[in-house]
Amino acid sequence: MKQVLEFEKPIVDLKEKISELKRFTQDSEIDLSDEITTLEKRLAVLENDIYGNLKPWDRVQLARHSERPTTLDYVHKLFTDFIEFHGDRLFGDDEAIIAGIAYYKDNPVTVIGHQRGKDTKENLRRNFGMPHPEGYRKALRHMKQAEKFGRPIICFIDTKGAYPGKAAEERGQSEAIARNLMEMAGLRVPIVCVVIGEGGSGGALALGVGDEIHMLENSTYSVISPEGAASILWKDSAYAQRAAESMKITAYDLKKLQVIDKIVPEPKGGAHRDLDQQAAYLDEVLEQSLHTLSKCSADTLLENRWQKYKQIGDYNLL
Amino acid sequence: MLKDFFGKRRKYASIPSEQAKADVPEGLMQKCNGCHKIYYRKEMNKNLQVCPNCGYHHPLQAWDRIDTLFDENSFEEWDNDLITSNPLQFPGYEEKVVKDRKKTGLNEGVVTGKGTIEGQATAFAVMDSTFRMGSMGSVIGEKIARALENAKNEGLPFIIFTASGGARMQEGLLSLMQMTKTSIAVKRFSDAGGFMVSVMTHPTTGGVSASFASIGDYNIAEPGALIGFAGRRIIEQTIREKLPEDFQTAEFQLKHGQLDKVVHRQEMQELLSKLLKFHQKGGEEA
Repeated sequence: MKQVLEFEKPIVDLKEKISELKRFTQDSEIDLSDEITTLEKRLAVLENDIYGNLKPWDRVQLARHSERPTTLDYVHKLFTDFIEFHGDRLFGDDEAIIAGIAYYKDNPVTVIGHQRGKDTKENLRRNFGMPHPEGYRKALRHMKQAEKFGRPIICFIDTKGAYPGKAAEERGQSEAIARNLMEMAGLRVPIVCVVIGEGGSGGALALGVGDEIHMLENSTYSVISPEGAASILWKDSAYAQRAAESMKITAYDLKKLQVIDKIVPEPKGGAHRDLDQQAAYLDEVLEQSLHTLSKCSADTLLENRWQKYKQIGDYNLL
Repeated sequence: MLKDFFGKRRKYASIPSEQAKADVPEGLMQKCNGCHKIYYRKEMNKNLQVCPNCGYHHPLQAWDRIDTLFDENSFEEWDNDLITSNPLQFPGYEEKVVKDRKKTGLNEGVVTGKGTIEGQATAFAVMDSTFRMGSMGSVIGEKIARALENAKNEGLPFIIFTASGGARMQEGLLSLMQMTKTSIAVKRFSDAGGFMVSVMTHPTTGGVSASFASIGDYNIAEPGALIGFAGRRIIEQTIREKLPEDFQTAEFQLKHGQLDKVVHRQEMQELLSKLLKFHQKGGEEA
């Protein structure tokens, strides 16, 4: 475990103490196994207590964890024969988004997702998973192809947001996102979207119009980053924690608000603790979604998609 | 920096005179935001709030905009009874909305309905940047989506004037999802053969520029309007360089191929009228 989060410290400290005692027992004549058992019991309680009561800000930290599995990690676990394709045919290839075809349980699917890096070098190449317009246009190209060949589309969402850069603006960041929203609304194949890390605003949404939207338990989905909201609302990004709570950005909150369909459980301590287990949890949800959606006609899919989004929102009548 | 030690230090701070501090008398006179010249408000109004000297386009309130475009008494408003709730129980949100309702006389930041421009019927939505910066929450998303559905069902074209800082933070993801809701509504309208013009006015940014504003059949803008996805300050912080003065103006977007046209407010009605005529559905009986 390389990166320890603030709220996990008591657990890590206790674990260290236990392993220290174990070493001591091994190296010396004194038997400390009673103490060890007591501490291990306490560790279990502590873990349940901490991981069972994660605050929104804790989940923000988990969603941003440097070792958190990325789109490609899941692609390799869940699909076979994945072939990646590049480029938007207009400007370039944006490696902040990956797109390709693969088999999911012997059925061809199109897989698209934001792609972060896990170290500085890869993050520079992937622009920290923050796409330019060409990334969204590449995604759209593959979605259209999926529609042509009747393949379901699976989108993994994991971005701080669309890249706020000069070139991105010049090439039409707004239009690229808007175009994806509009076109995804009309795709005549099933679309399943899963937020696996951070779902940052419009940059996330541009891969996020689907028939079913799921979120990993510790992922977040938000209209603006907690830091951004805090600096606008309270003129101080130090209030990010408060903003994270007020904006209701966790999977549990968004399930309650009926914005998402399912919460995909995570292993204790977060997805990065056990990729195999995480992939298995995700597999289960994905299989159910695709099974249900594959039974719908294209017209039913489109009508349900509209109905789904039409009901999101809340207002009063005068 | 070493040269700072040798640079000329100003010995006196300049304090603006009382005369300069006192703002222009409320109501009667108006100072141009562009060239700072002072005009009679009446004169500015007659010029549709465009500065006669420098051509600066001042923001127009929704109803003033509607007055400049539609034939007299031709319009009918839709869904004015939708008002904002506080779905996330966001601290201080209700007070802010109530304050803006009083300030603007509007129930929310968009007016939707139908009317005629030189006798040609069209549905419309006009956003108002003085209501919570025109930010889009559930009510705005719902009203625009409904207006598009109405237009589709009645076979009307759809004209939207956008003015918005983006999605409204206080409604969290519900606001973000209005981008999807409105974009699907545009898609449905468009697939049914509907004709849509998006007119971007100052400012059109964030979630609004990244949804319905950018997907009209024609996307046009008023001169000088700020149009873009991310805010200038955020971009400058991210790329660590100063952005050009004209960055994200309508003219900048036009130069980069992101707009069909930049149109002066005085010529807007004429252009819209022509566009409606071009896209009349007459002749082809559906």
